[in-house]
Amino acid sequence: LTDGPCYAGIDCGSWNTKAALVDAGGRFVASAVVRTAADVQAAAARAFEELLAAARVDRSAVAEIWSTGFGRHAVTFATGSRTELDAHARGALQSVPGPITVIDVGGQDAKIIVIDAAGRRVAHKMNRKCAAGTGSFLEEIALRLDVRIGELPALAAQFGEELRLGSFCTVFTGTEVLHLIREGKRPADLARAAYRSVVKRVLEMERVEGKVVATGGVVAHHPMVVELLEEAIGQPVAVPAHPQEIGALGVATAAREAARGAGRVEGVA
Amino acid sequence: VELLRALGYEVFFPENHGALLGASRVANDTMGTAHAAGYSPDICSYLTSDVGSYLSRKTPLQRYGIAQTPRADLLLFNTNQCREVRDWFEFYGREWNVPVVGITSFRDLGDVEQHHVDAIVRQMEALVPILESVAGRRLDAGGLEEAVRRSRTCSELWGECLRTAAVRPAPLTFFDGTIQMGPAVVLRGTAEACDYYRLLLGELRGRVAARAGALPRERFRLYWDGMPVWGRLRELSSLFAELETSVVASTYCNSWIFEALDPRDPLPSMARASLELFIARSEEPKQRYLERMVREFSVDGLVFHDSKTCPNNSNARFGMPARLRRELGLPVLVLDGDLNDLRCFSDEQARTNIEGFVEQLEGMAPRSPAEVRA
Repeated sequence: LTDGPCYAGIDCGSWNTKAALVDAGGRFVASAVVRTAADVQAAAARAFEELLAAARVDRSAVAEIWSTGFGRHAVTFATGSRTELDAHARGALQSVPGPITVIDVGGQDAKIIVIDAAGRRVAHKMNRKCAAGTGSFLEEIALRLDVRIGELPALAAQFGEELRLGSFCTVFTGTEVLHLIREGKRPADLARAAYRSVVKRVLEMERVEGKVVATGGVVAHHPMVVELLEEAIGQPVAVPAHPQEIGALGVATAAREAARGAGRVEGVA
Repeated sequence: VELLRALGYEVFFPENHGALLGASRVANDTMGTAHAAGYSPDICSYLTSDVGSYLSRKTPLQRYGIAQTPRADLLLFNTNQCREVRDWFEFYGREWNVPVVGITSFRDLGDVEQHHVDAIVRQMEALVPILESVAGRRLDAGGLEEAVRRSRTCSELWGECLRTAAVRPAPLTFFDGTIQMGPAVVLRGTAEACDYYRLLLGELRGRVAARAGALPRERFRLYWDGMPVWGRLRELSSLFAELETSVVASTYCNSWIFEALDPRDPLPSMARASLELFIARSEEPKQRYLERMVREFSVDGLVFHDSKTCPNNSNARFGMPARLRRELGLPVLVLDGDLNDLRCFSDEQARTNIEGFVEQLEGMAPRSPAEVRA
C-alpha cells in the first residue's frame, strides 16, 4: 500500500509481458510477469491486474499507465509510451548511475545501450534480424538437448568441459549441437556452450566500456549468462534487483517524470 | 550515358526497374525465381528482382500495358558502382545474344588522379566504334557536347533542388528526393530532365520563401546514408513525419550530381565524374563528404541504412558510424535492412530503432514533452 499516486509501466515483450509500479517518490512498489502468448492486449491487461493485486493498490490510485516493448502501441489503455531502449535505460539508471552500458538480453532481441554520466542515452545497438544472442536461441538449443528452457541453467551448471559453438545462425547451431551429441559430447557442456555463444554474439554488437548493467529475461533466469559475461569483459556486471522487469520499471519512471513535468532522468550521478 | 544519347540510343536502366520492383513490392515475388536459377540471395537484390522478373514474366509495368522490359540492342555497363551491374547485363547478353560492353572502373579511390581519368577515357574511346557499329552511325562531337551540357545542367538543377533542404524547415525530404530524382537517373542528358528540374526548383524556392516545410513541424533534422528501403518508402516517410523529424539530405539522392561534367572536355570530364562519385571512393573521402553534408544541412544526427545485399552502397561496415559519432559528436543510428529484399528488414525493429533514436535526440536537446497520447 502506498500514499499518493502511483505510476505503472507495462513492457510487452515477445515472450513475457512485465508490469511494474512505482510510487509518488519513484520507488519500486511491485511487479508482475505473465506470458505474452498471441494476444498482446490481453496479456497487458492480465499483467496490470496481477500488478495491482501484488501491490495491493486500487486501480484509481494509478495516475498513469505507460507501455513499452514491441507491443507498446497495442496497449489501448496506456496513456503514454516509450521505446524499450528508453525504458531499459531509465530502468537501469534506477540501480546504477551513469555512465553505464546496459546489456539487455530478451526473448527475441538483444540490445546494448550506452548512457553517459548525465544519464543521457548516447548510442544503442540492437541485434540484427536474427535470433542468435537472444532467448529464442536458448529455446532452440534446449529443444535440441531435450530439456525445457527452465531446466537449462541446472543442466549447464553440471558442465565439465568447455566447448565452443562455431555457427552464427540459430538453425545451424541446432545442427551443430546434434552433431556434437553424436560425437559423444555431454548435454551439460553443450548447454554451457550455448550460454557462451549468447554472450559472444551480444559482445559482437558493440564495444562495451565502463560499468556494465545486465537486464532482461535471459539475464533473470539464466545466471550463467552473467557469469560468462563477466568472464568475457573481465569485470563485474551489475544486475538490478528485478532484471526482467527493468523495462516496465523504466517506463513507469518515465510516466512519473512526465506527470511531474520533471523531464529529467533521475537516479543519475 | 552521354555517349549513348549522342548516338541516338533509347536508354533504359535496369536499376530503375529494380527500384520499381522494390517500391511496388513485386520484388518479393520475383527474386525467388532468380535464386532458384543460381543467383544468390546474398547478391544485389536489384539484380535478383530484375532477373527474377524477366524469368517469371512479372513486372509492375504490366499495370501500364507493358508486358516486360524491352529487349536491348546493346548492353553498356560501368563497374564504378559495383561488379553486379556487369553480371546483371551479362545475363541479358546471353538471353538476347547481344553485345555486352563497358568500363571496368576503379573502386575505393582516395584522390582521383589524372592517370585514373586517362585509363577510363581510353576505355571509353575503345567503346565508341562498337557503339557506332550497333547504332549504325558515327559519333558526332557536337552531339556529345550537347548531351554532356544537358547532363551538367540537369546535375546543377537537381543539386540546387536538393540544397533547398539546407533551409529550416526543409521543403523536401529524402523520401521526396527518391521519387523526384527519377528524371536525373533515367533522362540525364535530355532537355526534358532539365525542364523538369527548372519547374521543381521554382516550386521549392517558393516553398522556402513561404517557409512551407515538407513536414508540418520539424523538430529534428537527419541525414540518410545508403540505399532507400524501396518497399517501405511510405511507412518510413510516415514514421519520420509522425516523429516530426525531417530526413533532409542523403548520399543517395546526391549521387546523381556530377560536378565534373564539362561540355568543352566531354570524355575526360565524364570519366572524372564517374570516378569522383561517392560510391566509388575510399573511406577517407567518404567521411570528408559526410562531414561536409552534416555541416551544410545542419543535421542533428545520421542514419545509416546497412543494406544486406548492397555492400557497395552501405557505409556502416568499416567503422564509419563510430568515427562520425566520435568526431562530430552527433548521434548515429544504423538500420539493418535491404533495398528490395524485405525478408532482410524487420518493420518492428526498424520502428523501435527510429523511435528510440528520436527519443535519444529529445534527451540530448532541451527536453521536449514526452510522448503522451490524448
